[in-house]
Amino acid sequence: MSRVQALLAWVDERFPLTATWKQHLSEYYAPKNFNFWYFFGSLALLVLVMQIVTGIFLTMHYKPDAREAFASVEYIMRDVPWGWAIRYMHSTGASMFFVVVYLHMLRGLMYGSYRKPRELLWILGMLIYLCLMAEAFFGYLLPWGQMSYWGAQVIVNLFAAVPWVGPDLAVWIRGDYVVSDATLNRFFAFHVIAIPLVLLALVALHLVALHEVGSNNPDGVEIKKKKDASGRPLDGIPFHPYYTVKDMVGVVVFLMVFSLIVFFAPEMGGYFLEHNNFVPADPLKTPQHIAPVWYFTPFYSILRAVPPLLGSQFPGVLAMGLAVVILFFMPWLDRGNVKSIRYRGGVYKTWLALFLVSFVVLGYLGVKPTNVWGQFGAWLGGAERAVVVARVCTLLYFLFFLLMPWYTKIDKTKPEPERVTT
Amino acid sequence: MRSILFALLFAPLVALAAGGEIKLKSANIDPNDAVSIQRGARTFVNYCLNCHAASYMRYNRLQELGLSEQQIKDNLLFAGDKVGETMTIAMPRKAGEQWFGVAPPDLSVTARSRGADWLYTYFMTFYRDDSTLTGWNNLAFPNVGMPHVLWELQGMQRLEAPAAGEDGHGGAAATGHAKLVLAQAGTQPPAQYEQTIRDLVNYLVYMGKPMRAQRLQIGTVVLFFLSILLVLTWLLKREYWKDVH
Amino acid sequence: MLVITTSAAGAAAGVAVAVPFIMSMTPSAKARAAGAPVEVDLSKVEPGMMVTVEWRGKPIWVLHRTERMLESLAATRDQVVDPGSALPMQPEYATNDHRSIKPDYLVLIGICTHLGCSPTAKLQPGAESGLSADWPGGFYCPCHGSKFDLAGRVYKGVPAPTNLEVPPYTYLSDSRLLIGADSKEA
Repeated sequence: MSRVQALLAWVDERFPLTATWKQHLSEYYAPKNFNFWYFFGSLALLVLVMQIVTGIFLTMHYKPDAREAFASVEYIMRDVPWGWAIRYMHSTGASMFFVVVYLHMLRGLMYGSYRKPRELLWILGMLIYLCLMAEAFFGYLLPWGQMSYWGAQVIVNLFAAVPWVGPDLAVWIRGDYVVSDATLNRFFAFHVIAIPLVLLALVALHLVALHEVGSNNPDGVEIKKKKDASGRPLDGIPFHPYYTVKDMVGVVVFLMVFSLIVFFAPEMGGYFLEHNNFVPADPLKTPQHIAPVWYFTPFYSILRAVPPLLGSQFPGVLAMGLAVVILFFMPWLDRGNVKSIRYRGGVYKTWLALFLVSFVVLGYLGVKPTNVWGQFGAWLGGAERAVVVARVCTLLYFLFFLLMPWYTKIDKTKPEPERVTT
Repeated sequence: MRSILFALLFAPLVALAAGGEIKLKSANIDPNDAVSIQRGARTFVNYCLNCHAASYMRYNRLQELGLSEQQIKDNLLFAGDKVGETMTIAMPRKAGEQWFGVAPPDLSVTARSRGADWLYTYFMTFYRDDSTLTGWNNLAFPNVGMPHVLWELQGMQRLEAPAAGEDGHGGAAATGHAKLVLAQAGTQPPAQYEQTIRDLVNYLVYMGKPMRAQRLQIGTVVLFFLSILLVLTWLLKREYWKDVH
Repeated sequence: MLVITTSAAGAAAGVAVAVPFIMSMTPSAKARAAGAPVEVDLSKVEPGMMVTVEWRGKPIWVLHRTERMLESLAATRDQVVDPGSALPMQPEYATNDHRSIKPDYLVLIGICTHLGCSPTAKLQPGAESGLSADWPGGFYCPCHGSKFDLAGRVYKGVPAPTNLEVPPYTYLSDSRLLIGADSKEA
């Protein structure tokens, strides 16, 4: 026995190192038919690590103080060696996190990855998504630019719309009667420690749950049903080395896209870093063109599309919240007898397409400032049409979920194969 | 002291009429032209840096443009400033508020929020307007608090009201048909003034993101390296996967 | 029984421990004290002009209304949700048709009652404001498109539910305004 093996044996007697390695990598059997869509899980993990690492180094120079925050970001951008690179990686990483996670979620929708036995896996994933939204929201205040300030102002005021306790709740969140230094300081605490801890725990649980039930695949068949004599799934291959080497290709392609943005278009035309955020926060003046960062805009559009009821804006806020919460119920809304879109009928495919289109259109409308929103697109006939489009899309968004138990049941599905196809 | 008088934003009626939406002229700058940026830096130091600071911009960073430390000291530094310092001003915020109604903003990152075209249009469209406090107005920034600091170079422009009687389209939005005419020539002919402004805007853009040149350079290297890595990982993947069917 | 009692006691202890943490997030004494009244010199505010001052971190507008502006309030009466200021969005002394102590000077908290943006003053009537041709002048919120008239009354059919708030204020003299204090406190 070599020294290395002896050391390993010593560790294994005290900690299940080899067993963990086998369980989660070298003897974790993943379906062999993963396609392009299966890159985004590991990419999300990669972005998470990048955000944590770049974030740690940013906190070494950033000052969470209303008088110094804006200047300290410019200090990072100019005076700190390589600070610009770390900051751009972090700001690009925030947007790319959502790109990757939205694609990862779409994969889940397409191949029915939320269906039994993966309900908890899906719910843990949704909790990760919620954490990510909180993380992005808290982090966006930190540069203390105009968009930071007014974005936080609007979102905190959403809580003020909650009946009865709302206004007190908003004051409690801000720690002041307006967004102020106190707000910045606590958002910093949430952004750099509280939410990341929860996020990491949820990611760990997400992975444990995944490895308990096993990965789904583009055919939506359970590979565990067909095993060979030694108990290995016939359609499975060990995650390591097969998917580790395959994911490396995905990682490099992703890093190329990522580098293109970081080095050649870090603002992404104002979508990743908004122009108005280069103006220091001014509590007396709201910018003329205000819109959230792109990844929140579908929900923002829903908020704007819902008219106030009985003198309260709560319905809009409620609709926006429900738009996220309803995703949690996917495992029980879907009554189809197949998982994957490959074997679904036209009805489901149509609804999924409608959902995606309305999500994208809502996102597009949300980026447009309201004063343009009311007027844009002569080709649509002007003002009111944009509101109508947003309302129709909001309706479609919700109908996709609410009618799901019905249309997945009547949908004419094709028979699922016994084994995965290649 | 948060509750003290913070800013007085005088907003007489004329200012609100136009809404500030005009068609922007193209700045047409070349961010790789270091000489243009150097000229712009000089204009900036001579004309802007009396009221506007650029407090995130260090003088010695200008060495990136090919200037030596001595050149910076001789041509751009005010007496007493050190070359490692940032472009700050002596005028306190309070005084600025008193003189202009609003303190002149720091210009370090203004180009990132406004964009080059807006800045170019702004500098080109100052015109004489006796109804304002400073006697100047601007098409891109209606009722701006700043007087036309470069007027000696450009000369004095006047706003020619849209000729309502001529085409019978009276009452159209003022800015849509308004024309600026040079009523009094400046020391620079129009073409030269345009170049001065282009250089100034080029400098402001450079100041907004001074790491740009370095960033592009490193980016190219990174992408080159990643494309090699892509080939390697692809070959590795193919090697491992050849027996998976 | 002992299990239940111990669990209950433990839960009570947990709740008690949570209290200081939750309460620590409410506004500190410093934040609560930062509400000192602000003085405004009206002599510089010409008719048609609006100044913005900061009070408690919020923008306070002081608008010197012209005759025409005051006349527009009669026209907007039918288009606004709460023309008579029935809801308590203003101190008692501003519960009138012009929502101010003196008709000429309008004092408002420049924060939209929808989601807290600061609306833009679009005082000029007509299409020049960038809004509709029959716009009588008022305030327009860039965030969600809420509209208010020249007394800060909210239009029907916009997201904001109530009129803009009028802060407590009082006149120290004809040309000096104190924002943030009622006359009895001043």
